[in-house]
Amino acid sequence: MKVSIDVKRFDPEKLNENNWVQNYKMDIHPSSTVLDALIHIREEIDGTLGLRCACRASICGSCGMRVDGKAKLVCKTRIEELVDEGETLLVEPMGNQPVIKDLIVDISAFFAKMTQVSPFLQPDELPEQGEFIASNESMEKLLTEMNCIMCGLCVSDCTILEVDNTFIGPAALAKASRFVYDPRDDQTEERLNFLNDEQGGIWDCTRCMQCVEVCPKGVSPMDRIMDLRETAIEIGAKKTHGYDHTNSFEKSVTAHGRLDESRLAFESAGIFNIPRLLDLIPVGLRALIKGKLPPIFPHKAEDNKKIKELAKKIKEME
Amino acid sequence: MKYAFYPGCVARGGTPELLSSSMAVLKELDIEIEELTKAGCTGAGVLQEKNPLLGDTINVRTLAMAEEKNLNIMTLCSTCQGVLSQANHKVKNDPEYLAKINDLIKEEGYEYKGTTDVKHLLWILVEDYGLDNLKSHFVKELSDLKFAPFYGCYMVRPSEALGFDERPERQNYLEQVIESVGATAIDFPGKFSCCGFPVLFINQKNSLKMVSNQTGSAKDLGADAMVTPCPLCHLNLDGYQGKARSNNRGDKADLPIIHMPQMIALAMGIETKDIGLGRHIVNTKEILNKV
Repeated sequence: MKVSIDVKRFDPEKLNENNWVQNYKMDIHPSSTVLDALIHIREEIDGTLGLRCACRASICGSCGMRVDGKAKLVCKTRIEELVDEGETLLVEPMGNQPVIKDLIVDISAFFAKMTQVSPFLQPDELPEQGEFIASNESMEKLLTEMNCIMCGLCVSDCTILEVDNTFIGPAALAKASRFVYDPRDDQTEERLNFLNDEQGGIWDCTRCMQCVEVCPKGVSPMDRIMDLRETAIEIGAKKTHGYDHTNSFEKSVTAHGRLDESRLAFESAGIFNIPRLLDLIPVGLRALIKGKLPPIFPHKAEDNKKIKELAKKIKEME
Repeated sequence: MKYAFYPGCVARGGTPELLSSSMAVLKELDIEIEELTKAGCTGAGVLQEKNPLLGDTINVRTLAMAEEKNLNIMTLCSTCQGVLSQANHKVKNDPEYLAKINDLIKEEGYEYKGTTDVKHLLWILVEDYGLDNLKSHFVKELSDLKFAPFYGCYMVRPSEALGFDERPERQNYLEQVIESVGATAIDFPGKFSCCGFPVLFINQKNSLKMVSNQTGSAKDLGADAMVTPCPLCHLNLDGYQGKARSNNRGDKADLPIIHMPQMIALAMGIETKDIGLGRHIVNTKEILNKV
């Protein structure tokens, strides 16, 4: 199969034009992976190409890169699934991490964030003898998180890390959930209070699902973050705009069956938070002038009492 | 051609121009709709953070309402589309969970069997109506306009719940519709990215950076406007663009954010008052001048 691969190159030792896209053409077996092609380039065409890889079996997590704009483990990605004969594929280094050379990124921030969430068990006391026993059932719940191979694909494509590097991020938050829900750990509340922090914590996730989509191991980091939000609320960690937002949303849907957008804006800002409320005024005024301010009296679903009854029933079930 | 219509809260709230332009387009295409007036809000993924079971129950109840009428659902909003699809996917693959929810909604006489399809107007136009049929209703060619497509997260992820395995071409429909009106769809790398709306009230600084990045880079690539099937993306990218751009790029809001049905209505030559371009925060006059 004839393929053409554009590779984003970077050479820190070059003084000028150290950033460029280089095209490589080759004839390769249709079942080849993108990694096979890159190794072919390095060994047969251009020995200066830098890339990181190890196991070639999607278990070591070393070969994360962006292929046609999406983070992938290149050892798990077959060329024929992406392009037809003669078409061009674009390979770039992962995003949101500084590039060291060509396709190799600096993963130190990734591990610094892992360290931030104390990724180890912290029991209050040790068992008198023998090992800690955890039930099979309790560990089954952790299987998704435990599948993480720390490849960093979720971090690469996280849309919040793109604008804010203080966000703990999907990988470390998924790792945190692995310890929050481990029955042998006794720091649940401390962990949740730390993760609930307004700056960089669980509420900063924008729920864009990029991490869910790119994760090669089904960890579904965003879903783990949503679990953490739910549990943080349950233990009473409520002093965040994120909590105010979801709480207001629930109240509005329960009361009217529909979303009351004006109420959501006010309650999420915090009804006693004067600076944030003032901040809403210019946008609100512009919307009013253009005739697109949400109705002051919210539109309701017909028969909306039924939704209230459903909410009541669900509450009683808990 | 008839659908159970689920306009969503924002089309009935903050973006009335989405509803009016969609109605005008549906009328021109003779697509029949029956609104699900009893349906509740999908929860937009926000309710699900606090009360996932309530969110799923409300959505399955909506799916059951459409099933009862033997109709598939039409949505106008990427978020409604995504959240309804996720609930549908979840219960179709988990009979036990479906039974639990059916038990909750049976008092009202509903029982969901799992046969309803949820389709955004964008998908309906391409898959059910057909672009050739659509084109036969156009009287104007928008060939002087370049649009940056912007899908909205929930229209593209999670791909499994959105049926992308069976229909991978769904990732390209917006460009197809843009091209059908004779306009140019620019190759916009941010098309599947996030507008920042979900964190607007939680971390406005981040949200504004996202608005600035998306609108600024589309403008730099030569777009006259951005076209989106999601009213939530519209609210953030249009309503907050001024503040976002001045805070982050030191320039001004200059990229109109057009609802997909507005673009179609323009090509159909529908009267501008029905299209509602005057209701946008970012001025849309330049667009009208080029039509």
